[in-house]
Formats: sequence, structure tokens, C-alpha cells
Amino acid sequence: MADNTRTIEIEVLRYHPEQDTEPHYQTFSVPFADDWSVLQGLQYIKDDLDSSLSFRWSCRMAICGSCGYMINGEPKLGCRTFLRNYYPHKVRVGPLDHFPIERDLVVDIDDFVGKLEGIKPYIIPREPRTLEQGEYLQTPAQRDQYEQYSSCINCLLCYAACPQYGLNPGFTGPAALALLHRYNADSRDEGWEARSEIVNAEDGVWRCMLVGYCSEVCPKGVDPAHAINQNKVNSTLDYFGVLKFLMPKGAAK
Amino acid sequence: MSARKPYVRPMDGWWRRNPFFMRYMAREASAVFLAVYAVILLVGVFRLSQGKAAYDAWLAALTSPLSILFHLVALLAVAYHAYTWWKVMPKTMPMLHVGGRRIPEITLSAVGWAAWLAASLIVYVLVRGL
Repeated sequence: MADNTRTIEIEVLRYHPEQDTEPHYQTFSVPFADDWSVLQGLQYIKDDLDSSLSFRWSCRMAICGSCGYMINGEPKLGCRTFLRNYYPHKVRVGPLDHFPIERDLVVDIDDFVGKLEGIKPYIIPREPRTLEQGEYLQTPAQRDQYEQYSSCINCLLCYAACPQYGLNPGFTGPAALALLHRYNADSRDEGWEARSEIVNAEDGVWRCMLVGYCSEVCPKGVDPAHAINQNKVNSTLDYFGVLKFLMPKGAAK
Repeated sequence: MSARKPYVRPMDGWWRRNPFFMRYMAREASAVFLAVYAVILLVGVFRLSQGKAAYDAWLAALTSPLSILFHLVALLAVAYHAYTWWKVMPKTMPMLHVGGRRIPEITLSAVGWAAWLAASLIVYVLVRGL
């Protein structure tokens, strides 16, 4: 380690289902260099101080979406949050809010995975194209309509930022609805009807109260609040039966 | 046998956990002042239908110190509400492109804020001119 090593206190929320009835904080003193992320701090704890600490991580470069934690109460990726920005104060790391804690910083994300499958996250054409018809064509302007929503890495920071999901876990939630819109907004897709039950449901877009924190914490600029709230208009038009005239594509079931 | 025992954290006091949530609650709560102000105006219309004496009594009630205090607080609350309303408005709109570039959200909000100020100014001038 370089000479400019400093020592920071990291408080980690611990929960061991075998012996704990509820979670509690444990403090570790961690020597760190300027370029250390919070994730590296956790890895130091696991390697050198307490091997029983459990947390998820993988790529270390903000693309796998595994290392989302609450860092000083804000949902952040551990790999792109730096210890130097908290020193000389201590930094508090907890599992993502609004999800059940499995162990330490590991949360149960089964609910989200089920929702992600439920929105039919694939292109639904009216009729499958044959090889003779060739590839789908799309202009850059058409691609612009969905590109940002396709950047989601499923890190779930937006769910940890959404009080509505915490209060009503039935809510389909920011990332799943943003991905749903990513396909609905794709010029190659005609699956509005196939996904409309989820959009129009009370637990669909209408559960969103536009707190807007999901878009604030998203590390990839997906802007789920935008994806959800423009679909309140679409859902209303669908209710009055006028959406199919405005959006002639979209009859595929 | 599974050793799983997932721990669900309580949501009590969730809106006090983050300044962002507190601003959200302030935004929503400011609508209450808007609603109360609308009720006061509706009462005025109702009193007008009852004749000149009733309407004059309503006008006189508006000049009480308590009424003036409420209107000052309501003005601030409604101004904050209008500010936040235009701030989140772009989230409810489809993407708009001009010349191949997306119009940034802040531009859309700024147009809203400008329209709001212009409308307020016109109403003020009209009312003062009467």
C-alpha cells in the first residue's frame, strides 16, 4: 500500500440469521489509499479482519450491478463510491433498503427477478420476420426513443430509492417498468397489449407517486421516473380506447 | 432444512431518512394550501350568490390578520408547489427532439416557469387595473 495510507472507520450492518434476531452495526478500522472504493474497503474487511462478512460484488467497474449498498443512507454502487470522499468521517454501509436482508449486505431479490421476467423483456413483433425479409431496420431517431432505458444493469438502487416499493412491495417498480417501456418504445416491437396488464394495473405505473429519487440514484442515467410517468398518459389513453389509434403498432399479443 | 430467515426492515418514519424524501413530502403537503385557498374562493362565489351584504361580509373577513397571515403562508406554499410542479412535469412527457437533439428536461421546466411567471404577472396587472 502506498505511503499516503489513512485509516477510516467503516460501520457495516451485520445480520446472521442463525443467531441474530435483528441486524446491528459493527465498526471496522480500515487503512485505505486514495483510489480505494467502498467495495475495496469491504474486501479488506473480509480478507483481513472478519471473513464472515457477506456481500455481493463482481466486476468492480459499475457494469455488473452486484455491489449496490446503502452508503451513509444513500443507494450507491460500492465500486464507484470512494472512501476518500467520506474521510475523516466514518462511513456507514448497509444492505439495499426495501429488500429483505438475507445475511449482512446480501438482500433477497427474488421478487424483482420475478417482475423482470413478467414484463416480457424481449421484442414482440406482430409477425416474426422471415430470413427472406431480412433484418429489422431502425433509424437513429427511433433508437433514441429507447436507448437510455436499455442501459439498466439491474443494480436495484432505484428500488432502494423508492419508498413506494418499501411500503407496497407489490409495486412493479422502477427498473422493471423502465425495461418494459424500453421494449414498448422500440420501433421493432408491437407488444403494448401483451404488457398492458402490468402497465395499467394499480401496482403498475399508477402506484408511482413521482418521488423521482429513482432517477437521481441511477448510475446509468436510465431515468425510470420518466419511463413510468409518460406511461401514465399512455395508460389513460388505453383506458379510453384511443391509444390504438395513436399507436397503430402494438396489437401483438 | 433451510437456515433462511430474511429480515424485513420497518418503513416507519421513511420520509425523515433522506432530504430528498422530505422535499417530496413538502411538495405534496403544499398542495393542501392550494386546496384550502380554492375552498375560500368558492365560498366567496357562494356568498356572492347570496347578495351584496353576504359578499361584503366575506370581503371583510378576508382582511382579518389571521386571514392575511394564512394568505401569506399559502402564497409561499403555492409558489413552492408551482415551482416543483414544473420541475417534475418533463418526467410525464414523451421525449421531444428538435433538429435531432433531445430537448433537456431543464429547458422544458424553464419554459413552464416562464409561462407561470408571465401568467401571474398578467393576472396581477389585470386585478390591480380593475
